Amino acid sequence: MHIICCVKQVPDTTQVKIDPATNTLVRTGVESICNPYDLVAAEAAVQLVEKYGGKVTVISMGPPQAESVLRECLALGAHEAILLSDRAFGGADTLATSYTLSQAISRIAAKDPVHLVICGKQAVDGDTGQTGPGIATRLGFNQFTYVSEIMGVDPERNTITVKREIEGGAEVIEGKLPALLTAELELSTIRYASLPELVRSLRQTVRVWGAKELGGLPERLGLKGSPTSVKEIFAPPVRGGGLVFDSGQNSERVVKDFLDTFFEKEKRLLDGLLTKDGHAQEH
Amino acid sequence: MKETFDVAIVGAGPAGISAACILADAGIRTIVFERGEYPGAKNLSGGVLYGHNLAQILPDYVERHCPVERNIVESRVWYLSRESGYNLGYRDSVFAADRKYNAFTVGRAKFDRWYAEQARMKGALVVPSTVVVDLIRNGHGAVAGVVTGRTDGEVQAKITLLADGVNSPLATRAGFRRELAPEEVALAVKEVIELPGEVISQRFCVSGTEGVTAEILGEIAGGMDAVGFLYTNQSSLSLGLGANLADFAAFKLKPYELIEAFKQHPMIAPLISGGKTLEYTAHWLAEGGYDTIPHLYGDGYLIAGDSAMLFNALHREGNNLAMASGKMAAEAIIEAVHRGNFSRKGLSGYGERLAGSFILKDMKKYRKFGRFLYQHKEIFDRLPALSSFAAREMLTVNGVAKNQKQRLIGREFRRQGMSLFRLLRLLWQAWRAVK
Ligand SMILES: Cc1cc2nc3c(=O)[nH]c(=O)nc-3n(C[C@H](O)[C@H](O)[C@H](O)COP(=O)(O)OP(=O)(O)OC[C@H]3O[C@@H](n4cnc5c(N)ncnc54)[C@H](O)[C@@H]3O)c2cc1C
Repeated sequence: MHIICCVKQVPDTTQVKIDPATNTLVRTGVESICNPYDLVAAEAAVQLVEKYGGKVTVISMGPPQAESVLRECLALGAHEAILLSDRAFGGADTLATSYTLSQAISRIAAKDPVHLVICGKQAVDGDTGQTGPGIATRLGFNQFTYVSEIMGVDPERNTITVKREIEGGAEVIEGKLPALLTAELELSTIRYASLPELVRSLRQTVRVWGAKELGGLPERLGLKGSPTSVKEIFAPPVRGGGLVFDSGQNSERVVKDFLDTFFEKEKRLLDGLLTKDGHAQEH
Repeated sequence: MKETFDVAIVGAGPAGISAACILADAGIRTIVFERGEYPGAKNLSGGVLYGHNLAQILPDYVERHCPVERNIVESRVWYLSRESGYNLGYRDSVFAADRKYNAFTVGRAKFDRWYAEQARMKGALVVPSTVVVDLIRNGHGAVAGVVTGRTDGEVQAKITLLADGVNSPLATRAGFRRELAPEEVALAVKEVIELPGEVISQRFCVSGTEGVTAEILGEIAGGMDAVGFLYTNQSSLSLGLGANLADFAAFKLKPYELIEAFKQHPMIAPLISGGKTLEYTAHWLAEGGYDTIPHLYGDGYLIAGDSAMLFNALHREGNNLAMASGKMAAEAIIEAVHRGNFSRKGLSGYGERLAGSFILKDMKKYRKFGRFLYQHKEIFDRLPALSSFAAREMLTVNGVAKNQKQRLIGREFRRQGMSLFRLLRLLWQAWRAVK
């Protein structure tokens, strides 16, 4: 079984800040990490080939520094890594990104047929969740989004069975390969690589493909192939702090203040509801 | 792990990577372990580096795009009391021209990563996110490799270089270094404060990529034996202070409160005003000096850099001692490998190199200086206050005759137990400690 994982280098979002003056992400001094959903996807892929045989190829589109996230996947046990890096890829939205990635997957598949593609369910810097489905559509693969468990692969019938998270529960479905999955965090538990595995990954070469190697239509790559335009980015308004009833004062007062405030609010809330209902009845 | 190496290096700081570069150049099979996610990830972010020492290892470091923050063209020394201070600076255009990169600031997270990458390109294997937890000993007690925290994590090596920094539990546990006493280390706290590059250039009166350093002495840490610093990076300032660990215990002061107060000082506040603190870190400084240097090599092992207590506290030189000692260790290892002798005797070239170099000469010269400062707390409380009093009186124009002012100042000095005789004696003792 040949599995491809698509991984992305993202800013460590717990640290991301938005410059209120310019409405853009502040990227200076922010560390880059591998998108956590993608790491889970790579680990799941490695576990699958450990069970069913085959190989895992990881690909990433990004600047030269994105090599480090590919290496992280190699350390988990992925066999090959390809970095899609070219100025022509820059400024891509999810449409151009999924085009570029599917183009790369087709190229890889021409030499070495691909049975499964696993992506993270979304990237933590954009949260769109569109790239995986976009790739599946372009490749004509079955797609299973929000997968939390791979129940099994049946090589004879050429099918895969997965558990997906859906509103209010989960469903178990089976479908034909080739297929594309997008991973929930529960899909796998990332291993702590052994020293020989880590050393092997450090010595491996990461191939780099530019627009030339990739082929395809230049007008569908990068900024040119991206109809999306971002109007504005803003941080949600900061919520005001709660009320503080200072217990340093007379404690009886504090309790009374609290109760007054509480019931006052409650009363206003109830009043609001009642008048609404009242109006509704009148009409 | 089955594979064996000629050399295992613990720590990808300046000492470890310098050694790795030299060893890889000589074709010696070298593996470097770094516990941080990448080299530099665990290191205090910033400091002054010296081009001379770097060029000894990478002559073309500029062409290799060494991540220089600012090239230092002016060095200041400040002597501060609580709310005032003296400033002595030296600026020289030669440091912007012929002697460019004599000293420059770097961010360690960036620099160490870049430096390790150079070693990797030369052929050393740099393994990040991996802690060395123990040393392998052979039947005769010689070090024969390292044990890491990963599964299948033992690595056999003919020689092991400990370059794991000041807090080296490995060296202590192996018995190569004794446990340090509190007065032999300093605790340094530091903040990186973000400001636009142009604002920094303006405030320090420099152009584009030029920078300034200030070493700060006096009453900056509630009277403790302490030194501070303020360095310019491209678009941030590094502000920090370190004080003797024994003093921290005795004075019961908290590091973060000290740095908060430090930031309010009138000499500092306007320079950092409007800046945003990007990070706050604490780290030890190997201030013990010459007398705390352990035996630096033995059967199958060597120790370099901070781990070997090679730090010149007076001149704030740690990085270059680390680089130079790493290089000397590597040269001694190369000799040992060629001779096939990894014993203490085979590695003795390290000791000879260190003894003949500026490293041990400087360490010896300042041998008594740390103790001198520690024992003369008046340098950190009474003297700053008195010298400020003197300047303040002399500069205040209030119709009092200067002679009378001088008498007033002299009286105040005597009242506080700092007679002329005491001052001269202090000066004499200081001279003796560094001569
Ligand atoms: C606040 C402050 C400011 C300073 N400013 C300056 C300055 O301006 N100029 C100057 O020259 N010096 C300065 N120094 C001193 C300088 O930082 C040190 O002397 C220098 O870093 C020593 O280099 P090293 O390679 O010996 O150790 P380190 O730089 O400490 O590197 C040791 C490395 O080993 C790793 N490591 C440790 N244990 C293990 C383990 N068990 N397994 C794997 N990896 C391990 C660590 O993560 C680290 O990366 C300053 C120090 C401080 C604290």
